[in-house]
Amino acid sequence: MSVSHVHCSQGNLIEVRDLRQTLSGQEILRGLNLDIPKGQTMVLLGRSGGGKSVFLRHLIGLMKPLSGSIRIEGEEIAQLEERELEPVRRKIGMLFQDGALFDSMTVFENVAFPLRERGERSEKIIRDKVARSLELVSLMGQEKKMPVNLSGGMRKRASLARAIISEPSCILYDEPTAGLDPIVSDTINRLIRRLQSQLNVTSVVVTHDMISTNHIADRVSLLREGKIHFVGSLKELHASTDPLITDFIEGRSHEID
Amino acid sequence: MKFPYSFPLTRSFCLYLGQVVLLTGETFTSIFAGRIRWRLVVNQIVEIGFGSQAVVIITGIFTGAVFTAQIFFQFNALNMSSAVGPVVSIALCRELGPVLTGLMVAGRVGAAMSAEIGTMKVTEQIDALRALAVNPVDYLVVPRAVAMMVSMPLLVGECIFFALTASYYVATQILNVNSVFFLQHMWFYTHSRDMVMALSKGFVFALIVVFVGCQQGLTTSNGAVGVGRSTTEAVVISSLTILMINFFLTMGLNIIFPAGGKF
Repeated sequence: MSVSHVHCSQGNLIEVRDLRQTLSGQEILRGLNLDIPKGQTMVLLGRSGGGKSVFLRHLIGLMKPLSGSIRIEGEEIAQLEERELEPVRRKIGMLFQDGALFDSMTVFENVAFPLRERGERSEKIIRDKVARSLELVSLMGQEKKMPVNLSGGMRKRASLARAIISEPSCILYDEPTAGLDPIVSDTINRLIRRLQSQLNVTSVVVTHDMISTNHIADRVSLLREGKIHFVGSLKELHASTDPLITDFIEGRSHEID
Repeated sequence: MKFPYSFPLTRSFCLYLGQVVLLTGETFTSIFAGRIRWRLVVNQIVEIGFGSQAVVIITGIFTGAVFTAQIFFQFNALNMSSAVGPVVSIALCRELGPVLTGLMVAGRVGAAMSAEIGTMKVTEQIDALRALAVNPVDYLVVPRAVAMMVSMPLLVGECIFFALTASYYVATQILNVNSVFFLQHMWFYTHSRDMVMALSKGFVFALIVVFVGCQQGLTTSNGAVGVGRSTTEAVVISSLTILMINFFLTMGLNIIFPAGGKF
């Protein structure tokens, strides 16, 4: 199952050191360290409410850490101001948990949005790029629909088309398969793989879905109590005898009925 | 022991005021830096300005009509029915026109702004904007602020125009005031500075509605309940602020444009 893309790895795209964050008095991240190699898919596992999404939001500057360092291609972004973050954000795409499509716009306008905002004026180029982007996520012919008229899976795919249209070097996925049926989940998983192989992007996927993890991961890390408990290849994850890891993989809670 | 309880309220009031002032500052910085999306400004002018006309016109007509009738009933007893015109006209220009337009727009537009931006906030659309390297203030607040600053003075003018038209009709056609006296006195006692006062008040109320509405929207949390709460708060806070600021504006503007003088 595990596909190793060692030849893609040329250093780290993202380096996180001693990241700390507190939300409403509760420590969410307690000195998190993680390296994400270029061109690979890193899956971050962890229990719900464990701070995975919070961590992901730090990588694109949506949240500011209390302390610690986040380097993206060597550039420190942890304490940048909102407007200083814009060049960094142009290099990174993000897929939000519920898609976060702009519900006042059609699918076409949503996907075209990043292009228009970056100053693209030629309608022909916009049309071509949107068509290619929608084709990549198998969503052709849905351009005129409004986001409310799409199913959950379609919304996520449209959102992904929006995230990839400006060809980012890294894509962050927040629970890409949560709340989707197994077939749609599989489509999304294949899409993540395909984007990685076709566009050679670095992906960071936050999930607790083990099927998805087995399908897409080059490397896996496990977040536990605000720190990275384990990081390694998929093979190493499955070979581990650490009870915390085996419980997570096999879904055991140790509660007595 | 009671005293310390006043602190949290004072603190949250100062915090809120600070947030609104910061948002205002950021918006004007963007406007002066030229980060204005004109297409969105035009959309918002249609939405805010054009769309509010029915509400403002109806408010104007009936306020003008009822105010004229009431003033007439009182003044006629003193044989001063020809003074109805100027009294109605000055009251509408200096107070009723801008305040009523402000309140109606706060109810219609302020609520819509806060609901729309608030929904975008709780469904992560604001974060999506930020993640796509688009500043939410530039994209959402600046076009609304520019559109409001353009539309409000026009709406105030429109409200006053329709109110005076209704007033003329009620006074001359229903209450039998002499139309020449009515118009002549109204024209003689109403000065352009009364109109300047109306439009400047409209401009200030536009700022109150837009920044309170957007601030409420941008700080919305807690899903649907939160959107409801921030919409209500946007209307309540902007309406009350309009009424309070109006008093100070009247006192201040009366120094610059004193009532009763010439020009």
